[in-house]
This record gives sequence, structure tokens and C-alpha cells, in this order.
Amino acid sequence: MMITKQGSGGLFTDPDPDKARLFFRNDKRNARMMKSKIMPLSRAMDWFVRDGDYLAIGGFGSNRTPIAACHEIVRQKRKNLGFLGHTSTHDMQILSAGEVYDRIDISYGVGLEARGLSRCSRSYMESGRVTVTEWTNYSLTARLKAASMGVPFLPARQMLGTDTFERSAAKQATCPFTGMELTLIPALFPDVSVIHVHEADCYGNARFNGIAVSDIELAHASKRLVITAERIVPHCEITRNPDATLIPFYLVDAVCEVPYGAYPGGMPYEYFSDEENLNAWLLAEKTAEGFAEFIQREIFDCKDHNEYIGIHGGIQRMIELRNKELLIEKEVIV
Amino acid sequence: MKHYNDMEMMIVAAAKELENGVTIAVGTGAPCAAAMLAQKTSAPDLIIFFEAGGIHPTLVEMPISVGDSRTFYKASRAGSMGDVMDACARGLVDYTFLGGAQIDMYGNLNSTMIGKDYTKPSVRFPGSGGANDFASLCWRTMVMTIQDKRRFVRKMDFITSPGWLSGHDSRSNSGLPDQTGPHRIITNMAIMDFEPVSRRMRVISLHPGYSVDEVQDNCGFELLRSDSISVTPEPTDHELKVLREDVDPEKYLIGR
Repeated sequence: MMITKQGSGGLFTDPDPDKARLFFRNDKRNARMMKSKIMPLSRAMDWFVRDGDYLAIGGFGSNRTPIAACHEIVRQKRKNLGFLGHTSTHDMQILSAGEVYDRIDISYGVGLEARGLSRCSRSYMESGRVTVTEWTNYSLTARLKAASMGVPFLPARQMLGTDTFERSAAKQATCPFTGMELTLIPALFPDVSVIHVHEADCYGNARFNGIAVSDIELAHASKRLVITAERIVPHCEITRNPDATLIPFYLVDAVCEVPYGAYPGGMPYEYFSDEENLNAWLLAEKTAEGFAEFIQREIFDCKDHNEYIGIHGGIQRMIELRNKELLIEKEVIV
Repeated sequence: MKHYNDMEMMIVAAAKELENGVTIAVGTGAPCAAAMLAQKTSAPDLIIFFEAGGIHPTLVEMPISVGDSRTFYKASRAGSMGDVMDACARGLVDYTFLGGAQIDMYGNLNSTMIGKDYTKPSVRFPGSGGANDFASLCWRTMVMTIQDKRRFVRKMDFITSPGWLSGHDSRSNSGLPDQTGPHRIITNMAIMDFEPVSRRMRVISLHPGYSVDEVQDNCGFELLRSDSISVTPEPTDHELKVLREDVDPEKYLIGR
């Protein structure tokens, strides 16, 4: 294959599948064992997210995203992480507030979609302290897909002719079959990923409802995988309907039960995003001092996600968000 | 005195570009409102794809995120990003509606950064998201944006998503899929297409009350002018009623 162009962006992870194979063979033995992987979130983040690691967060920004895990990573003051900004919105905002990453593969970040831009994420990205490589959403899915297939790259047809390609770490080559120009998208094996699901058993067999985004590819591509779950269910519940298992146990290193773990983001069929909470972040970011106090209160002063839910209205608020998610018009009986 | 505002005009004009039964990939904001309005008026069989995996939902209210649960409410499928993007790559998606911070005369879009030095942006925007993928792989790209000199620029700070690149045959020579490319630009003042040889932006229709000079005055590059510039039909009472009551009752978009 003849390489015709090359993006100038940095490649933060090694796309060599032979190295990944050795890791999966030797360092993932525990994951392949049918033994309980349940542990508190704080321990899972302490054991599996190390300074300097390349981190990926599942879900889609503010949807089925392991927000509790993002808080914990900031609480534990991780440093020098690589970060996969694959439609990262509130997750990126939290990680930017903690300045836990210093390099990013980005397809979408900084913004919170229709809600507006995060000043905190923006100013961190504009500070010159973050090394950035550009991608597109499909390209990052393809990077994870390549890794999950154990191949060093996948060919694709997006990014051609643009600065997005120029600032990526992709290459361009002529197709040996058709003669057309193709983008070659390198495999991405994250050091560690966190995915939030509806249900998992103690071994890590996990299932979720609603859109998958790129979490199936991510689960297979990741060297270490932490599952946070709304509920732990008995193993017999999984075996009763194995069709529903989307992430099998042998990919999973730790299982943490974190009810409302995506809050203030939304969880399909469980609770809608808390727009007041998300808006409070956007407002707090307007001044540096105010934002520092805000982060202290919202993250550092909370021991865990349970306390965080507590300062945001507790169960009563969760019921309101559940009604909103399910479009339940409550009849008020006086 | 017009009985509608610029944003309403833009959304209604965009909705009318969608034939019944076509497939479209959209994001949040005005593009989603246009697709919703089309689905509720002239194109009830419009098939909407959201990049996070929602396929053919019934849009009861405007999604806040292209991955929130409204994007697969009463949908045919709650799939994955791979499902949706693969469908675009295989040629199954007719249209996409996009926006951007900057657009040039060839319909290239910037949603990444403003500034001279990429490593020190004066403003960092979100980046491509799925925009480059849609602009590369859907058959026809349509753009909705405000007519403004700071948006319609001669020189882009960054090309995030491909339009006709540098015009003429440059897009097809780049390797991007055959017969794809920008189709319509819909602003608060006018509708533009692209002249078929040079691939430069060309005014084809003016919204009521706007002149071609006004459009040009709010554009940072020279616009071509179609030989027969038409007048965009005004929004009907029915379209305005659906837009105001069903599509955007909270006035997130049309209140601006």
C-alpha cells in the first residue's frame, strides 16, 4: 500500500496488535476467571486508573456516562492522563476541572451540545497545556473497532481533504483493489475504560438498554475495563437470558454498584438528565474563584456519589427525573 | 410587518427542502427542528438518523443531545454509532443538515477552532463530532446558518468538514465518495446552491423582504447569483402553528 499523505497529529497509544495480544494473554488472566470483581468505586479507580494512563469514558457525553467515576478520578487527583474525547461533554468538563489529562484524541469536546460551550473545558484546551489530535466520531469508533478486531488499522472514507485529517494521526493510502484514496485509521487500545450500564453480575457480565453508542467496540478494545452499574443482579439473571449480555465477563476487571451513576447525565428508561445541575456548571464556570468553590463543594467535599446525590435533592429529585425520562404526567390527587 | 421571525423562516425553508420518504442524519438545534417540522408537515415518512445510534424515532420533543433518550423514543431501532455511520458510508442516507462557526464559498465548514495558530487557538470549538463523517458520506449536505460576514468567510481558519474543498473537481479527486457534496445553504435571508462547474456558492432564492445586495453585504466572499432568483415562500399559518406549538414550544430556537 502506498502512503500518499499523513496527518501531523500525535499517536498517543501503540496500534500494534501483537503487543496488545500479549497484554490480553498475560495481564488479563483475572478478568477471564469466574470470580467476583465487585469492589467500591474508589478502589477500582485507585487500582486501575494510574497517572499517565490513557483513559476512555463510555456513553455519550451526558448520556449513560459514568459521571461518578469521573468525579472519583478528579477526587483522587490523577495526573497526566491521555483522554479519549469521543463525544465528551459533561465528562470532559469534570476532567478538565481537575486538569487530570494533558493529551486528548478529540472528535467532540468542549461543548455540551445544545446547552452551550463549557468555559472550563475551553480555557484548558486553549491554554496550550493540552496536546491535541483531531478525529471524527466515526473515525474514533473505527479506531476502537480495529483494536477490537486485533488489526492495526481500518480503511475508511471520511476525513479526506480536510484539516481534520491534517491534524489527525491517520494516514492516507491508495487502495490496492480499487485505486481509490482511503484514510487509514489506526487501532486504539485504551489503557483503561469505564462504562456505565443498567445491570451487571458480580463477574462483570453487563447489559444496558437504549443506544450502544461505541461501547461494545470500546469494551473489546480496552486493556482494563471498569463497569459501573445501576444494579448488581444475580448471575442466574444473566444466564436466564444470555442474549441480553452486551459486555461479557472476560473483558471486565472491576464491577462497581453505583445507583444513579450517570447523574446529572441521563440514563435511558431510568432518569433524564438534570438540566438545572448541568446549567449550574455552565454558570459557575464564569468566574475562576466561584468555580473553584463550586468544584470544592460538588466534588472534593463529597465522599462519594451517594453524598453527591444527597446534596442534589436525593431520592425526591431522582423520582422527578425518572418521571421526566418516562414522560409520565403525574396525576395530582388533592 | 412579518408574522414570523428570521429563525422561523430559516427552519421552515429548510424543512421544505426535504422530500417525503428520504433519509437524513441530523444533530441538535435548528437542523433537528427543521427535520421535526418536516416530519410533522410535508414529509411524514422522513427517516431520521442520530449519530449516537437513534434510528427512526418519533420526535415528541426536541432532543438536548444527539444521544439523549428522545433520539430513540418509539424508534425502529436503538442502535450504535457504528450502525448509523456505516449506513452513511454504504450510501443509505440521502441528506445531512449541518451548522458551523465558519463556512467558505465552497461550503467547507469549520467547527473546530478560530485563530492563526492551531496549537494556540483564540477560540476552541467542539470539533467535528459526526459532522465530517456526515459531510463526507451522506449524499447531500445542507447547511443552516445565520447570514453574517464573520461566518461566511473568504479564508477558513480550519476546515473541519468537507464541502467542495477548493472547487471544480477537487472533491471527487480527494477520494471522497462519488456524487456527494454540499447541496443547499439555508440562512435567515436566502437559499444558496453551488454552481455546477466552479462549485462556488450561488444565491437561488431570497426570503421575503431581503435583497441580494443585503445577502452579499453579510457575506465575506463574492456570491454568484442565479439567472432567475426566486422568492422563498413565506411560512404558512399551519407550518408556524406546528413549529411554535409542537416542535419548539419552549422557544429554545425560535425565541432568539
